[in-house]
Parts: sequence; C-alpha cells; structure tokens
Amino acid sequence: MSEFDAAGAAVQAALDAGARYADVRVMHRRYESMSARNGDIEELAQDESIGLGVRALVGSGWGFHAVPDLSDAAARDAGRRAARIAAASARVPGPPIDLVAAEPTVASWSSGCDVDPLGVALSDKGDLLVRATGTMREHGADLAEGLYQIWDTAKWFVSSEGHRIDQRIRECGGGISATSIGAGETQRRSYPSYRGQYGTTGWELVTSLDLVGHAARIAEESRELLTAPECPAGETDLILGGEQLALQIHESVGHAIELDRILGWEAAFAGTSWLDLAQLGSLRYGSELMNVTIDPTIPGALGSFGFDDEGSPAVKRDAVREGRWVGVLAGRDSAAVAGLGYGGSVRADGWARLPMVRMTNVGLEPGPHTLDEIIAATDDGVLMDVNRSWSIDDKRLNFQFGCEVGWEVRNGRRGRMLRNPTYTGIGPLFWRSMDMLSSEIVPWGTPNCGKGQPGQIGHTGHPSAPARFRNVRVGVRA
Amino acid sequence: MSASSELEIAGRVVELVRRLAGPDAQAEAVVTRTDLALTRFANSFIHQNVAESGVTVRLRVHVDGRTASGGGSLVDPDGLRALVERTLTAARLCPVDPAWPGLTAPSPVPPGTAPDEATGHADPDERAARVRAFVDAAEGLETAGFCRTSYRSGAFANSAGHSAQGRSAEAAMDGIARTGGSDGVARLCADRLADLDGAVLGARAAAKARAAADPVELPPGRYEVVLEPAAVADLLQNLAWYGFNGKRYAERQSFAELGAAQFDPAVSLVDDPLHSSTLPYDLEGTGRGPLTLVDAGVTRAVVHDRRSGAQAGTGSTGHGMPGAATFGPIPHNLRLLPAPTGDGATDGATHAGTRGNDPTDRLPAVAGGVTGAVADPDTAELVAGMERGLLVSDFWYTRVLDPKSLVITGLTRNGVWLVEDGVPTRAVRDFRFTESYPRALGPGAVRGLGRRSVRQPDRMDGSWWDAPPLRLAAWNFTGGASG
Repeated sequence: MSEFDAAGAAVQAALDAGARYADVRVMHRRYESMSARNGDIEELAQDESIGLGVRALVGSGWGFHAVPDLSDAAARDAGRRAARIAAASARVPGPPIDLVAAEPTVASWSSGCDVDPLGVALSDKGDLLVRATGTMREHGADLAEGLYQIWDTAKWFVSSEGHRIDQRIRECGGGISATSIGAGETQRRSYPSYRGQYGTTGWELVTSLDLVGHAARIAEESRELLTAPECPAGETDLILGGEQLALQIHESVGHAIELDRILGWEAAFAGTSWLDLAQLGSLRYGSELMNVTIDPTIPGALGSFGFDDEGSPAVKRDAVREGRWVGVLAGRDSAAVAGLGYGGSVRADGWARLPMVRMTNVGLEPGPHTLDEIIAATDDGVLMDVNRSWSIDDKRLNFQFGCEVGWEVRNGRRGRMLRNPTYTGIGPLFWRSMDMLSSEIVPWGTPNCGKGQPGQIGHTGHPSAPARFRNVRVGVRA
Repeated sequence: MSASSELEIAGRVVELVRRLAGPDAQAEAVVTRTDLALTRFANSFIHQNVAESGVTVRLRVHVDGRTASGGGSLVDPDGLRALVERTLTAARLCPVDPAWPGLTAPSPVPPGTAPDEATGHADPDERAARVRAFVDAAEGLETAGFCRTSYRSGAFANSAGHSAQGRSAEAAMDGIARTGGSDGVARLCADRLADLDGAVLGARAAAKARAAADPVELPPGRYEVVLEPAAVADLLQNLAWYGFNGKRYAERQSFAELGAAQFDPAVSLVDDPLHSSTLPYDLEGTGRGPLTLVDAGVTRAVVHDRRSGAQAGTGSTGHGMPGAATFGPIPHNLRLLPAPTGDGATDGATHAGTRGNDPTDRLPAVAGGVTGAVADPDTAELVAGMERGLLVSDFWYTRVLDPKSLVITGLTRNGVWLVEDGVPTRAVRDFRFTESYPRALGPGAVRGLGRRSVRQPDRMDGSWWDAPPLRLAAWNFTGGASG
C-alpha cells in the first residue's frame, strides 16, 4: 500500500465517520546526530520513524489521531478515531470553525541538496568533530564539544478537498563550543552560534562552516572570558551581532505574530501576544529601518518548504513594513477566525503531532550599513554576540537575553572583551530604538523552537544582520 | 500489544544482534508502547483534541570496543532487521569507546505500581467532561488549559541476560482562568484520571484570577516570598537538570558538593519515581527507586547512568535516559519533602519509595470553596507569618545565566500578591527576577515549608515535581515586567 493510498483511506474513513473535512500527513523521517567531546566521539544516534496522522473536523470540533502503521486497516481505524475525538470536542463547543479557501493541489517539492548528508561516511563526519574538539582542547578549553544533526523527511499529504502533495526536505547543520571552568563560574564560546548553524540543505553547509578553522579562536576566547571584566550595568547603546539578533527576532517578533497566540489559543502554555488584531496595519512595531518578512521560499534557510502541513503553498509575505505591523503567521482555521485571507504557516513535528502555527523564515531585510560602520559611528556602547540565555514574558514584551561575549565600544572602536553581558527591554520600545542596521544578512537556523501540547520542536529560519539600538539597559545581575 | 510481546520484541532485537555480529556483541533493547491523549481548551472551548498510539524501539550495541545507538518506530521483521543492521554499521565506523561501562547484569527490578487501566484507556469524552467542569467552575471567566492521559507499557532486554517489564499510567490537568488580563492557575498530576476534579481546579484558578485583578507595580528589590508549589516546581526542575546531574558534577559544572551543608536544614530532596505509577527501570534496564539527594540541607548524591556512575565509582542510580551520553543523567521525579505533620511524621516519610496505602493521603491540598489569593491552609499558614513580602503562584520562562552558580532569570506568572502583616493586601504586576537557586535555598534562607505536597505535571508525562509551598527569606526581583 503506497503512502498516498494509506492517507486516502484514512481521509475517507474520517469522512464516512461524520467528518466534514479531513486531512492526513504520512511522514517518514530519518534522523542522525553525532556529538564529540574533548577529541572523542561521545554519541552517535540514528532514528527512523514512519506513521500517519489524521486530522478531522466534525461540526466545529477538531480531532486528531496518529499511528505508526500504514496498513489499510490501521489507516481507516485512525480516520474513524480522529472523527470520534472531534465529536467529543463538541462537549465544550466554541465558535463555528471555517477554513480559508484553498486550491486543491497536486504537486511534488524537494529542498536543495548538493551533498546528501546521510550519504557522507560516518567516519568522515566523526573525524571532523574529533579534529575540531581536539583542537579546542589543545588551546585550553576544559570542555570541547561538537555536534551535527541531520533530518531527512519525506511527507505525503492528502485532504478531503483534493490535495495530494509529496515533499522531501533535507535539513542539517552543526557547530562547536568551548567551555572554560573557573572557581565559581563557567564561560563558553560557540561557533557559529549557540547550537550551530542549520538549513534545508546538504552537507555542504557543514563543510562551509570550517569548524576546525575556528576551534582554536573560540577556545582561547572562552578562557579569556574567565578573567575579562564584567559587563557594566546601566543604559547604553547596544550593538547586537546577527546571531543574537536572530534570536531577538524569533522571540520578540516571530512568536508575537503567531495568530494562534494572538487569538488566545496558546494562553495557558506558550502564552498570548501583546498584539491586537484591531491594530494590524497601523501599529508602530519598530523604527522605519525595521522590515520583517515571512518567507518560506528562501533557498536553504531552515524554515523553507514547498507547502505547509495544510497543503498551502510557500508564499513570501510582509510582517513588518517600515516599522509598521502588517502581517501574521496563520493557518487556515485561525485565518478564517481572524477574517484574514491566507494561511501558509502551519507545520507539525512528525506524524504524531497536530499541525500548528509555526514560524517559517521570519527575518529582517538588510539595512544600509556594515558592522564596522556601526561600530565606527558609536561613541559609547557595548557590542554583544552569540546567545547564551533567553527569557521573555508570556505576552512577548519583556525580555532579558544573555550573550556569550561582549566588547566595549568607545569612540568608534571595539575595546576590551566583557563577560556575562546581558540586556533587557520591552519589545516594541526596543525595536523602535533601532537606528542602524547592517546589510550583512545571514539566514540563521533555529532547530529547537518549542511550542504546543504535546510538545513539538519546530525548525525556523531568521535572516538577520548586526544592528544598533539606543539606550538599552545592560548588565543585570543576581 | 501486551507486555509480553514488548519483551518478545526486545528479545528478538538482542538475538538479531547476536546473529549478525556474533556472540561477543553486547546489545540492549528497550521497547515502549505509548498511548497519549490530550484535550486542550482555550477561550473556554476545546480547540485541540489529540491521541497518539506509538511504539518505539531503542537499541544500543557495543561491538569490538565501539558503541552506537539507534531507534525506530518499525517493529515488523524488516524494520527490526534494518534497525539492527544500521546500528551495527554505525558502531563499526565509530572510534573505540574505552569508557564503555558494560551492560546491566541480571538483577532484580521492582515491580512498580500497577497502573490504573481506566486512566490509560480513558476515552475523549472523559477528558472533555473534566474540561467542561473546569470551564463551568470558572463561572464566566475565560479559561484555557489541558487534560492529559497517558499509558506506557514497556520491556527491556540485554545480551547479558537481564530483562525487565513494566506499565504505567498518568493523568494531568493544567488550566488557567483569566479576568481583565489577570490569570489564576491550578495544575495537578495524578496516577488516576478519577483523582482529577475539573470543577475544583477550575474554581481555584478562577478565585486566584479574581484576586489578581487590578495589580499595582512595585519597585524591584529583594523581597521575602512564599512560593506556591507551581513555582517551587521550577526550582526543583532547574536544580535537577543542572545541579544533580552526575555528568555535569564530574565536569565541575554543578554547584553540588557532596557532604556539604549547601541548603537550609529544612530542605530534603528525594528523587522518587516509584512514588507514582511509572516504568520501574531506566533506559539501561537498571531498577529505579528513591534516592536522597539532599538530606536536611546536606547534599548527599547526584544521579548517574551506567557511564557516569562507572566514572564516579558509584554505579548507576537508575537514571539512564535518551541524551544522557551528551547532556548527562537527570532526576525527573524530584520531591521536596514537606514539613513534619503534627504527629511527627512527614508526607515524605510515609511515601518515600512506596505507594501510600490510602490514595487520598497523596491527594493535594487543592480544595473547593477558595475565594482569594490564598487557596489552601498550608499557604495560608506561611503567608500569615510574613510581615512584608510577596506571594508568588508560578514562574515562567526561566533560563540559566550561569550553570555552575545556577543563576537564573525568569518571570512571575499567574498571580503575585503583596503580603503585609500576614495578609495579601494587593495584587502585584509580574516581575522579572535574577536569582541563584542554591543561594535562595541556602542555610538560613528557608523560613517555612508546607505540610502537604502537590504533584505538578511536567511537559512530558512520566516526569513530575512534587512540592509543598515554601517561604524564603529573599528573592531578587530585578525589574517590573512592564518596563
């Protein structure tokens, strides 16, 4: 029985059981990760999972059931169960549910991949991590860690409206970190970011990172941090590197514009949003330099796909244009509730999870400057880079982020290294204070976005570049 | 699939390894069937309703001195053979593993508590009925949350001749009620769905939401606090992940110093998985049981899997888990033992490692008839002794600034109140804090402890945090959340 046949059988069973709409995702995912520590391989893990998940709409109640079995009988049973669960939802009913219109689509799509990451010899991948972590140890790191991860996912989507879409998305990436341990604290430096860099691409991404070439530098910087002066406390101009700004976009823009949060559907767990739909199109989110797009069509970025997990095609949209809030991340049902005409941002973490509103690639368009120009234009400030900790309130307003490293900026020059740099603020006030933005955009990948119950891990992309923010509170301490 | 068939599959995997890699190959296989269902509500209606049936097979092999792990969802003969073949291939390509700790030898595994089958097989109408009760009890306030049931049936087998089996069931409910931007929360984890009363939880959340209305802003600073069990759960979770992790301890990344009086004498922490229904063995087949981590303020132990336990010379404490090779072993069933009751016993003394004879013993201090910020007698007693401080319901988005000193930032959520002369006088806007958790619990820092614990659910079933309310001398609030 083919994947499409199993999906079709489940859809039909759900309709026969009373559903007015049903869709099915069959997913086959292969995963591989390897980690190394201090010059030795620490763990190699491989996983392979296949199953199907049925989503059924009975009246205005949703139901979802998932099984790791593609037989005709199992698929039909899953369809019936999804319809039964949907019927139970009617015991605590809500407003009528509609779906924004969608064209029945028959299509195939694959992400780009020059070098199949699962085809690269394990010994070669292991050698890379061993060499990188060994080099960090030689240069003084107490703990030298390296990691790569690979996901190879095939999906088959069928809906009762006539969708029949298959996709293959290959994702991979990796990175290294060096930790130095002092008497009462630890200091860590990572490359190229906290968890590495990831994309919908082949092994060529990892090769391009030159992990070994950066190993000695980050080991030495981690030791240097142990004796560097503390980041001073107070208000100052803050220059953020692109990797940290990607996290800032993720937390204070990406999650805030998720329509399910705005509608209150995540209120108990992930939280809501400070945004009010009545202000869509008029609200001042940030300075006029701030142009944020929702763009799943960027080749190689981690949030890219051909179709989302409701069968909506990948389309680029504006989220913030010249500082004004103009768009949201939506699914077909949330968009209908909000009176919007588009979805396209719904994905599921595997066959056993319900599709939900997720970031795709939410990122900044480039500005006119370079990082060097931003530093040169700053009389007194702090440059921070590479995320270390992140925390933001349930409305996505009040944040405090810590970075691995900071540097003084005095009279247009980068000065001493600073340890334990943190900054805090309120999202829209912070974004309104952005007065310089670099053109040096990198599509940073975030492979660990948690959301939803049962929990789901999302893969998102964040094109980002260094930028400057005025009068930011830095150096918060215990 | 019955428990015996899971053992059969695990045995088949081990046998396949022997056949393909020879008699010297070492292998361990874990087969777990999971039935997970979750009914989720928001804006006072069920907006998500899901169920999942799945089987996972995890295999670890050690061949010619090399180790690799694999996993999958395919349990037919072809799927199992593919799993074994690719894991063996991976192992052969790996470097030599000189720290391989060997397999668990045949050894007794506790039987565990018989799971409540009715919970494991609860239908969606039963979860929906509890949601209905929660929503109704909020009497018009907006509500959101979930009701979850789970059932696990599993088996372990290895090529050293050791095997284990077990089953578990769990139910949890977690909800908020909302009024004018103020939220109140009630959450509870139990062995039986029948022990979850949606009406009681909904009434409690609603009462706290009403009491949290019209909050005022207070200046940042160090305040004395009473933390309710939901907030204490965050302390336990972060102490577990970063402090009592045997690998981090060995690498000098943990604050823990064995034998040192690092905590207030009122603090006793026990990792106690068998306090509830659970699988009685870990990923490596080691039997699970209670482990005292802190005894009257003195740090006594950290947790280990076989690898970290061998390096420490202590052996495994039954904390093998996925990812432990990288992140380290972590306790997931941590209990802060409550204060002694009037007869000198404590809830912890009664239940450490065993199920109580009377299930109502372990029912939480969650009762109906709540009308204000203080929802139970334990908390009321702690609040009554506080001259000026804050009552905190819950913490949110806590993240580590420095793992060794365990300095953490995060926010309050779901209700904060100013307490003056033993009485909550005003609702307070949420705060951001930056605090070292071991310091906050250090010698002389604990001014009171409740007598009854409330089991708090984790995001994942099978993990939970059991704590009474806790009064601390100081907590470092670094700013108001609104600016």
